[in-house]
Amino acid sequence: MDYSFPRLSLSAIAVWRRNFLVWRKLAIPSVLGNLADPMIYLFGLGYGLGSLLPEHLDQFGGVPYIVFLAAGTVCASTMNAASFEALYSAFSRMHVQKTWDAILNTPVALDDVILGELLWAASKATLSGLAILIVIAALGFISSPLALLAIPVIFLIGMAFAGLGLIVTALAPSYDFFMYYFTLFVTPMVLACGVFFPVEQLPAAMQGVAGALPLSHAVRLVRPLLLGEMPADPLPHLAALLLTTIASFWLALMLTRKRLLM
Amino acid sequence: MEKVEPVLTVSGLRKSYGSREVIAGLDFALARGECFGLLGPNGAGKTTTLRCCLGLARADAGDITLVGEEVPHRARQARMKVGVVPQFDNLDPDFSVAENLLVFGRYFGISDALTRSRIPALLEFAGLSGKENARLPTLSGGMKRRLTLARALVNDPELLLLDEPTTGLDPQARHMVWERLKRLLSEGKTILLTTHSMDEAERLCHRLMILDMGRIIAQGPPRELIAAHIEPQVIEVYGEDAPAWASARAGDFARRVEVSGETAFCYVANDEAPPLLAHLAQRRELRTLQRPANLEDVFLKLTGRELRD
Repeated sequence: MDYSFPRLSLSAIAVWRRNFLVWRKLAIPSVLGNLADPMIYLFGLGYGLGSLLPEHLDQFGGVPYIVFLAAGTVCASTMNAASFEALYSAFSRMHVQKTWDAILNTPVALDDVILGELLWAASKATLSGLAILIVIAALGFISSPLALLAIPVIFLIGMAFAGLGLIVTALAPSYDFFMYYFTLFVTPMVLACGVFFPVEQLPAAMQGVAGALPLSHAVRLVRPLLLGEMPADPLPHLAALLLTTIASFWLALMLTRKRLLM
Repeated sequence: MEKVEPVLTVSGLRKSYGSREVIAGLDFALARGECFGLLGPNGAGKTTTLRCCLGLARADAGDITLVGEEVPHRARQARMKVGVVPQFDNLDPDFSVAENLLVFGRYFGISDALTRSRIPALLEFAGLSGKENARLPTLSGGMKRRLTLARALVNDPELLLLDEPTTGLDPQARHMVWERLKRLLSEGKTILLTTHSMDEAERLCHRLMILDMGRIIAQGPPRELIAAHIEPQVIEVYGEDAPAWASARAGDFARRVEVSGETAFCYVANDEAPPLLAHLAQRRELRTLQRPANLEDVFLKLTGRELRD
């Protein structure tokens, strides 16, 4: 295995632009598609379940449940968008369309292809998170300009999950393989990492595990910002997302080198 | 003045996958302006050789210098001056014809304006003028192949690596690709191609090399290979009785006989052909065809007639 440090260059931008040009042709259906699913959860659970709950519970930060849920939805949806792009779409480009093979015949190196894909998946995830942010702002669930600080955090969340997704893509024999990742990793995180209820409601033994997962760090940063407060202790959470990005990118790169550059 | 050093030099190249040795010591060099063919059965190591030359597969041993750059150390700089037509189509299906070229140019750091200015000539070359905005799924296999060739020229390369450029094309499309490749050669480009088409190799290549199991088993200009390795005339004998006739009588007339199914291939010197034909004229149940020996005869003699999958 080639463990060498990633050799990155501006060529990654050409890879990003290639994906952007494809996306631009289908931008509106793509954004609407990314919005539909989280909105159904937000309204269904937010109003449906929320109406059964006492108003202004402390566990929900003293705000209506739908407002609490909105921040979780932004994070989960960013994670989903980054994961889908880094899994299914990147796999199509790598394995089915052989787009990466075509690019590798040019001066662009694999390191830049993977970096371009990472940045692209994070960008697309940011658009997805931003679209939800705009909808919930329009609904009046956001009152503070601090919410603008959530935007760079959303990009970082996208990077972390894009990196993790690219690891799975590097290992995948076919599309079916991705179901394991969603079933065993993504879906449990949505349920355990504070999207629907605070991590503190979990049994003590589970709190430690759930709290260490990347989506928990995402929620702990984004929710306070959307509720108009600075996160209490942001650095460990930012560091965790950043480290996840760097470590997963490097591992994904080593695995893809092994797969494609034999 | 033309540079005199070779465009590509490969020496002592070796490569194994696990215990399977796919390249077992290759040495060759391409002079500027020549068309060099890599021939060999499936699994001979042709594509792996190309991948090593591009720095996309790591050789176990050997030295490669591609367009003046050391590979793999300076493979990126080398690829700047090389165009590649891969064996399998990997055009971007989401893009139009022009977008495929534009986006590919960006990978070389070429500005959109410069690529746009080159697109009309590239499409004219590929016989795709007026197809700028055509969507990829509307193109035929031959058109896609020509677009891939145009794409490989977007950076105005010194050297073209073509991996089976005409496999799967109809005769019209194949002849057009050959004509275009000859045009590139006349413009001074250097070409390295792999092919299974002996016709293609004989028409295009100044020199070629036959590989088997990662080793060079013959090399030289096509005419010389034919002269050196094989009798000049071939008489093919067809029919149900051909195998039986071949084992009973062919040896009396031909230096060498190969039987494949219901065909016997009799290899003879020029003066040996008339007696064999006279004999065959009395055997009305056998159909015969006399032709000069070609590269395919050399290839089959050297690599055998068994399937290689």
